Amino acid sequence: MLETYIPIGIMIFFGVTFGVVMSKASEWFGPKNPTETKLSTYESGMEPVRSAHERVSVKYYMVAMLFIIFDIEVVFLYPWAVNFRQLGTFGLVEMVIFIAILMLGYLYLWKKGALRWD
Amino acid sequence: MEILISLIKIVIVLFVLLTSVAYIVLLERRVAAAIQNRIGPNRVGWQGLLQPLADVVKLVMKEDIVPRQANKFIHDLAPIISIGVALATFAVIPFGNRIALFGHDIKLQIADVNIGILYILALTSLGVYGVTLSGWSSNSKYSLLGGMRSSAQMISYELAMGLSLIGVIMIAGSLRLDTIVEAQVAWRWNILLQPIGFITFVVSSFAETNRLPFDLPEAEPELVGGYHTEYSGLKFGLFFLAEYANMVTASAIITTVYLGGWQVPFVHSLGLSDVSVSIIQVLGFCFKVGMLIMFFIIIRWTLPRFRYDQLMNIGWKVMLPLAIANLLATGLVILLKWV
Repeated sequence: MLETYIPIGIMIFFGVTFGVVMSKASEWFGPKNPTETKLSTYESGMEPVRSAHERVSVKYYMVAMLFIIFDIEVVFLYPWAVNFRQLGTFGLVEMVIFIAILMLGYLYLWKKGALRWD
Repeated sequence: MEILISLIKIVIVLFVLLTSVAYIVLLERRVAAAIQNRIGPNRVGWQGLLQPLADVVKLVMKEDIVPRQANKFIHDLAPIISIGVALATFAVIPFGNRIALFGHDIKLQIADVNIGILYILALTSLGVYGVTLSGWSSNSKYSLLGGMRSSAQMISYELAMGLSLIGVIMIAGSLRLDTIVEAQVAWRWNILLQPIGFITFVVSSFAETNRLPFDLPEAEPELVGGYHTEYSGLKFGLFFLAEYANMVTASAIITTVYLGGWQVPFVHSLGLSDVSVSIIQVLGFCFKVGMLIMFFIIIRWTLPRFRYDQLMNIGWKVMLPLAIANLLATGLVILLKWV
């Protein structure tokens, strides 16, 4: 069973090795004459002001939380979808109830403005 | 022996994938030039066919600049994640049926795992890390904004992507990609059975691969270069390669799931030998993938970019409900035994 994953392991190994070799290549072959200006962060030709690691809009965190909530439902739907033909009408009714509850939450989020981006 | 065969398959697939990626870059530049009424790169070799080689040599000879304020380790790691994930996704795509060569019955798929679709979704999720980490580690405002934007965009469209695949799984009753392809024999392609799922999946693929009209992470007029502003030399080249490799993989997934994979209609009625049928099927697969890549390229050069709030609105308020409606409709249709 597990031996079907060996080729995947080799593939990932090849992919990562390719990445490492290529990203080292320009360190090996490229010229090296760093200057103070060259090493500063790009900011449209201005002197960089402060660091970029400051607070970012809360909207991004909101999207991340919503993603986690909905993605768990999606993962839950996969085993159901595989066995759908065996579950028959009972399976569909169950899933309609489940999705109806989910959609109630979704409508609440929509009305609350959690999906609005401005 | 098994390991040796898979090793040969991996080397061939990686070689074909990387070569085709290099030439898709050239194709894109030539098509863009044709659309904009220019000539495009045609100097290096006949019709510019050696241009990809020249580009690589140029990128290798460039200085590798890491900004002083950047986090060196993560800055180095991000392009490796991007390219590694982009190449490894191809491992589960069946690019042909079985072929009998030199006394071996070879399956034309690198890893025949029973969770093919889950593997694809897992790896596309990992792709988010490459972009986000590169944006964060550069410590540049443009990069950070690009990284944040792309992570929000990719996870939003991943929901629609996952949900639209569920309709196909319900029809095939399996997560194996080869079973899904075999279920689409003759003209029973999933694009005909799942037209809405196909549309939501293709739109989400555009957003997942950060291609126009969804290329907000690197929107040049606002963000300079987006998440790869602070990258130079081959590290920048790796992001570039990863973007095109993702495009090839996305086309291959769309082909496998919705366009019948390696199935070529009427090929069995021609009375050819088994080996030639297999070869025709592989070529048919490549043809479908090529057409989709052409579609990706033409879309990029003919449509303008979305605004970010429009993008999020489409993702959350159109794609998500549409995919869920499609899922329930598919269930009803299967129960009524129409499929």
